[in-house]
Amino acid sequence: MTWIKDIISPETRRWEEFYRNRWQHDKSVRSTHGVNCTGGCSWNIYVKDGIVVWETQALDYPVINKEIPPYEPRGCQRGISFSWYLYSPIRVKYPMIRGALLDLYREEKQKHNDPVKAWEAIQTNPKKRKRYQEVRGKGGLRRFTWEEALEIIAAANIYTIKKYGPDRIFGFSPIPAMSMLSYAAGSRFLQLLGGVNLSFYDWYCDLPPASPEIWGEQTDVNESADWYNAKYIAVMGANLNMTRTPDVHFAAEARHNGTKMVVFSPDFSQVSKYADQWIPVHAGQDGAFWMAVTHIILKEFHYEKKSPYFIDYCKRYTDSPFLVELIEEKGEYKPGKFLRANRTAKYKDVENGDWKFLNLDAVTLNPVMPKGSVGHRWDAKTGNWNMKFEDGLDNTSYEPLLSFIDHKEGVVQLTITEFGLNIHAKRSVPVRYIDTMNGKVPVTTVYDLMMAQYGVGRDLPGEYPLSYEDKKSGYTPAWQETFTGISDKTVLQFAREWAGTAERTKGKCTVIIGAGINHWYHNNLIYRAAINALILCGAVGVNGGGLAHYVGQEKLAPMDSWSTLAFAKDWVGAVRLQQAPIWHYINSDQWRYDGDFSDYCANPENKYTKGHTADFIAKSVRSGWMPFYPQFNESNLTLCNEAEKAGAKNDDEIKKIVLEKIKSKETTYCVTDPDEEMSFPRVWFIWRGNALMSSAKGHEFFLHHYLGTHHNDIAEEIGKGKTEEVKWHEIAPEGKMDLVVDLNFRMDTSALYSDIILPAASWYEKADLNSTDMHSFIHPLSAAIAPVWESRSDWEIFKSIAKSISELAKTHLPYPIKDIVTAPLSHDTPDELSQTSVKDWSKGECEAIPGKTMHKFAIVERNYTELYNKFISLGPNLQNSPIGAHGNNLMVNDVYEDLKNHHPSVEWNGKSYPSLKEDVEAADIVLQMSTLTNGELTCRAYKNMEKKTGLVLADLGEANREVKMTYKDLQAQPKRYNTSPLWSGIMNNGRTYSPFTYNIERLVPFRTLTGRQSFYLDHEVYLAFGENLPTYKPSPKPEVYGDLRKTVAEGRAKILNVLTPHGKWHIHSTYGDTLRMLTLSRGMEPCWLSEEDAEALGISDNDWVEVYNDNGVYCTRACVSSRIPKGICIVYHSPERTYTQPKSQVRGNRRGGGHNSFTRVRLKPNLLIGGYAQFSYHFNYWGPTGVNRDTHVLVKKMEKVVF
Amino acid sequence: MNIRSQISMVFHLDKCIGCHTCSIACKNIWTDRKGAEYMWWNNVETKPGTGYPYKWEDQNEYKGGWEKNHQDIALRGAGKFKGLKNIFFNPYLPTIDDYYEPWTYKYKDLFDAPEGNDQPTARPVSLITGENMEVKYGPNWDDDLSGTPEYARNDVNFKDLSPADQETLFQLEKMTLFYLPRICNHCLNPCCVASCPSGAIYKRGEDGIVLINQEKCRAWRMCVTACPYKKSFYNWNTGKSEKCVLCYPRLESGQAPACMHSCVGRIRYLGVLLYDADRIHEVASCDESSLVQRQLELILDPNDPVIAKAALECGIHDSVIKSAQKSPIYKFVKDWGLALPLHPEFRTIPMLFYVPPLLPAMAKIGEEGMYESTTKELFQTIEQARMPLKYLANLFTCGDTEKVKNVLLKLMAVRIHRRSVTVGDIKADVLHQALSESGVTSDIAESIYKLTSIVTFDDRFVIPPMHREEAMELLEETDIAKGNAGFGFKIKPARGL
Repeated sequence: MTWIKDIISPETRRWEEFYRNRWQHDKSVRSTHGVNCTGGCSWNIYVKDGIVVWETQALDYPVINKEIPPYEPRGCQRGISFSWYLYSPIRVKYPMIRGALLDLYREEKQKHNDPVKAWEAIQTNPKKRKRYQEVRGKGGLRRFTWEEALEIIAAANIYTIKKYGPDRIFGFSPIPAMSMLSYAAGSRFLQLLGGVNLSFYDWYCDLPPASPEIWGEQTDVNESADWYNAKYIAVMGANLNMTRTPDVHFAAEARHNGTKMVVFSPDFSQVSKYADQWIPVHAGQDGAFWMAVTHIILKEFHYEKKSPYFIDYCKRYTDSPFLVELIEEKGEYKPGKFLRANRTAKYKDVENGDWKFLNLDAVTLNPVMPKGSVGHRWDAKTGNWNMKFEDGLDNTSYEPLLSFIDHKEGVVQLTITEFGLNIHAKRSVPVRYIDTMNGKVPVTTVYDLMMAQYGVGRDLPGEYPLSYEDKKSGYTPAWQETFTGISDKTVLQFAREWAGTAERTKGKCTVIIGAGINHWYHNNLIYRAAINALILCGAVGVNGGGLAHYVGQEKLAPMDSWSTLAFAKDWVGAVRLQQAPIWHYINSDQWRYDGDFSDYCANPENKYTKGHTADFIAKSVRSGWMPFYPQFNESNLTLCNEAEKAGAKNDDEIKKIVLEKIKSKETTYCVTDPDEEMSFPRVWFIWRGNALMSSAKGHEFFLHHYLGTHHNDIAEEIGKGKTEEVKWHEIAPEGKMDLVVDLNFRMDTSALYSDIILPAASWYEKADLNSTDMHSFIHPLSAAIAPVWESRSDWEIFKSIAKSISELAKTHLPYPIKDIVTAPLSHDTPDELSQTSVKDWSKGECEAIPGKTMHKFAIVERNYTELYNKFISLGPNLQNSPIGAHGNNLMVNDVYEDLKNHHPSVEWNGKSYPSLKEDVEAADIVLQMSTLTNGELTCRAYKNMEKKTGLVLADLGEANREVKMTYKDLQAQPKRYNTSPLWSGIMNNGRTYSPFTYNIERLVPFRTLTGRQSFYLDHEVYLAFGENLPTYKPSPKPEVYGDLRKTVAEGRAKILNVLTPHGKWHIHSTYGDTLRMLTLSRGMEPCWLSEEDAEALGISDNDWVEVYNDNGVYCTRACVSSRIPKGICIVYHSPERTYTQPKSQVRGNRRGGGHNSFTRVRLKPNLLIGGYAQFSYHFNYWGPTGVNRDTHVLVKKMEKVVF
Repeated sequence: MNIRSQISMVFHLDKCIGCHTCSIACKNIWTDRKGAEYMWWNNVETKPGTGYPYKWEDQNEYKGGWEKNHQDIALRGAGKFKGLKNIFFNPYLPTIDDYYEPWTYKYKDLFDAPEGNDQPTARPVSLITGENMEVKYGPNWDDDLSGTPEYARNDVNFKDLSPADQETLFQLEKMTLFYLPRICNHCLNPCCVASCPSGAIYKRGEDGIVLINQEKCRAWRMCVTACPYKKSFYNWNTGKSEKCVLCYPRLESGQAPACMHSCVGRIRYLGVLLYDADRIHEVASCDESSLVQRQLELILDPNDPVIAKAALECGIHDSVIKSAQKSPIYKFVKDWGLALPLHPEFRTIPMLFYVPPLLPAMAKIGEEGMYESTTKELFQTIEQARMPLKYLANLFTCGDTEKVKNVLLKLMAVRIHRRSVTVGDIKADVLHQALSESGVTSDIAESIYKLTSIVTFDDRFVIPPMHREEAMELLEETDIAKGNAGFGFKIKPARGL
């Protein structure tokens, strides 16, 4: 054949250099993408002719072990398109400002010749303030100089501090792990300033509250390679191809290794393609399916078969054998709290006896106080915080009795409520009577309560399911059909295969779960339903087993050292960290549009379960459960100053005086009057995130109340008269924020609506560190080229802002000044033992005792002239206070000394400090001071844990003693970090990371009330909400949820449940605006509709549609597909208003918004509790989350398209 | 025997995640420039679907590929002769709308818009005309069953299914999708080469890569019509046609092609095959029913000493033969019979092979409208899988369902075997039947498992040495070539029309 040519005429092939020339390049540099995808992929960035031209994945992740697939290559379609941004027309090249503001500023500066006075003149003149606020987002941006930008920002900060106090200055930046130094730059700046960091993981609704509920842990999950060890994988609410793109191969490869995979998804999602079975559970109803699965597991594998592995696991690692008191109320018994050890004579004097609990010895049938509960954790005498079967008083060994079924002294009937069909069934538990100081009380075990809850009769009297086909009895396979649309037979096969696999493999069953579940109002219950099916099968804390929740790159591996730097703990003893969901709910005035939560939250009726969420928040704040900033209706600086004037001689006396003012209500909390001017947040820094669009639940309310610009919400303020504690203003303020500053490399919605946009270096232009929970490596971002045009790294930007504030402070805030800081009762500290019951000091139910019945106080001295110096120096606190996280604290004073000798230093006021001036220096300090990357510290940390637990653990650290990583090492190759007590997976000897293996194998307790995995949540608010035991609650109905009160379906419009799952062509909003992704998708983010709904609406594929409700409107095109079920529509998270968004016809020809234009946040009140073991606040760890999936919209065809 | 070596590829569709990382890896390096914007040398399609360009598989419309002509074959559409007759009119060429009109956005408006009463937004504009445009089609328009009424339902591979059967594929119980990544097949019998009036297209002797000489191309675009896979594209800026170069500059330096390197689903394999070039014509002309079998017969066993010796005598470098002996492609295609060519009926003898996907079990809707998805055993049978075998057969085996079924049985046998090894809950008779029915021994199952599951990058891509020094030597002294490398001017090809 003539076309197979030999090289007879090489000259004619010279042209082949054409393509060779293109491939030639000058260098490649390792970096990654600081984006919230949880990928954490190592990339080589190619530079040619001084320009970044493309990127390819690095292939050199160390191999974990040869029996599992390797990690290479990691990186997806989005990551590989990043280089587009660098030189694109959407790149922010220079500092930009809203022209109207610049004109006002320059005019006032001319007049006053002082930046702070100029700013004051604008802010105190409502007309001028409105002038620039109302044009936010509407063009008129102007380039200006860095110098002027820094001057205006410094002036706004100083003015705000002087007038209101520093807790009116806020910063939002998400998910530090993705570029931890860039996050730390802003947070360090804010914490030194006295400002506030807003949380993100809970606001994004990525935090699964069930994880702290059950494990006392924010989230701790298997690295993706561990999926390969699973022999049964259930995927729910997670679309692995879309969201776990670099990891999904492990699932595919596990299948070829004999693993069965079942996918639950209402649509035929992309991952369904891999499933052996696809189960289209009705949207949000997965909990019902799992409740039925658990019913079968309990009946067949626990009760009938008594699977030894399952039974033993439950005894040892769960609260199953713990005693719960049964309380009589109006002649009926109800499960109450765990019986406290100090209620019995034997244990009445034990330390922390309110926080230690009881088992029954299976042999003697006497009560025993097991070690390892939260009380033991914080005892003065250490060494009893472990899960050995030993009595905490006398160390005697015992075997706990799991159930009283064969040892009952009686039977007590309980009413079990099933909220779906509203069934109240009388069921029995076997009881025994325990002698307490106030007489005999009936108790049962958690295990027995579980049997009753799930309807396993065990020949006890009562109303139990007649069979699996019994539709009218809660949690049977037939019962779940009503909610899921899935046949009972399907449940039965699944449950038997699930438990059967777990039994044979000792727990190698994995649930991969994600936002598709976590964003529902009752997500905690759906999660608990699935987690219980894991725990009951012994599938938690084993390789190849467990709950693999991947929503948000929350795992910042070297948390111990990083948090020290990031929150300036090396200088300041108290931080201001704000739970964002309650903050936005209150401050963006979304509470005003919300009514009584009992309208949409199914609960038993009692004093806790009715009212307005805002009131619950106010109670939560003053009780020390949740933080809230701004703190008070006057400046904290003034409060201290006045206290000193009134005679306070020291910090304690200042606190005392302030406490009295609070008690007398002379000083009030901002949370109780958020619409008063004194309560407004004033300055907002946004960096590394899209705070005004992709994460802005209730985006239009942000535009309305924060920014004061136009918006498309028409919602009715139904909150009036519904709150008792939060004050109602007839007219809600518009434009609370004085200044919004956005650091960005691209013109996204947040940048477009900000007042000042600072050009940020992109991920190929700076040094940083990255870690994720998808794998167990830490790796760097590096500068392939210097920051382009006038951009600067985040580290450099906040450093320069600190510098200009320090300069300006010389005139305006020249002296040290005291600031009183409030802080909530916190997790992983003795605060966990604060409140055994809910008592409100403000109602006179108890004394107001800071740190006990209310929040804590701290006094911090601020010296604004030293802001910059402190920013660039590692502070002296490390010489005498420990650092750490998750309750692991250790001294690093020797490392600090070493840094002073071997690390660049900075000198000021005659003293020398390790330098943090450059980002690379900060990176090295993070690596030197962490137990994950410095082997000496790893060993030290395990020694500390040995003291706390009385267990042998030091061997875990020894394997890594020699490790000492530097930034340069990571640039050479990603490194696997050390097994450390900071985390719960054991990775030594080539094991893949699986959470809680440390707890299960080494008997280190879970950080919960009982120290075990919790089936039972005995806090009185959980009892009140009927969530003490795992249960099912129906999704809020659209008519009561209230997104469609004023929006009327006119013409061909239809109500649909709108889902906003993570999409294929963006990571949130990033990448979504790139030409690459827009070309490979549909040029925009469409609204996916089922064929049936589209037909009913007269909509054809690619027609323009409006998606709208009271909260706002999104204009887009339809994507009509048979894979979408009727009744729902999908707008993948997250579009932007910045591209191809026409003007809405249903909202008066105003520019449409994005997917958050139709959301408004509701918070689940029982997640607001605090001061109680794992229910104690920690930043991004605990609190209500920003749920949004129960949202309903109208969809209609858009006849007229105007740009 | 005229033994040649060919770089060849396997795509394991069961593992493909449809992410398109491959597409962008390629685009970034090769086609991110004026005139090439609309080209996707590597693209990924959702099946069922109509793909890129729209309905490319429909040769009644595009007249690509060869057709059997008695005992011979002839180009269906754009032969040199036919082409010359139609110098100014090539009726079967896809139009830009069949691909898509490339676009961008007026991003600058976000920065430059003056203060107004509403927010600016960046509108789409054509990259060809610069005018505002409506986005109506793209290179991946029907991704993930987008727009099923207009696209998936018009998939030409449904041709042998009744309308009723086709319709059920869009219902809950049977709905499914999978992904089909596509690059140039670097065929043994390439239509593009045969159709080029300028002789600008050639297949490299040393590795079988098919290239369009950018100096010689005169923009006849006969290759665009002739290629039944529509993988030759016309660059409207340079006036030259271009196509996938299999990243020869990367291969020449021992690196996997960019699309393969970036394959994060780890579905791709590359290696060298030896084949008998004397038999190409005969194989390409055989009966459709034996096309797949005959194509496989062309591929020679590099471990056979006779073949190895003959290859050496045909001028194939010893190192290339060694590489062929380690080729993962040989294992998939010949040893195990797991990988099949795409649309062999086009008779181009494509050298890119696909392992067809396993798909979820079908379900049924019960009496009360409940969705029931249960299987008798732990894993679904091949017959229970959602996509009809006929559909897969129309893609990969000229409609022969038995061949496709056999591959799927093997894949499932490997899973059942591994389940048995790792969990032990497979009944003996079930395991026995799975192995015997598919003809896979447990040893082979282990080997397949290893190359599918725990395979490393280096085992997926076995790249032969390219011996560039020998090529250079023909032009100039190699020591001089070393000093000269890279000097010279990068000059883009002159416009061809």
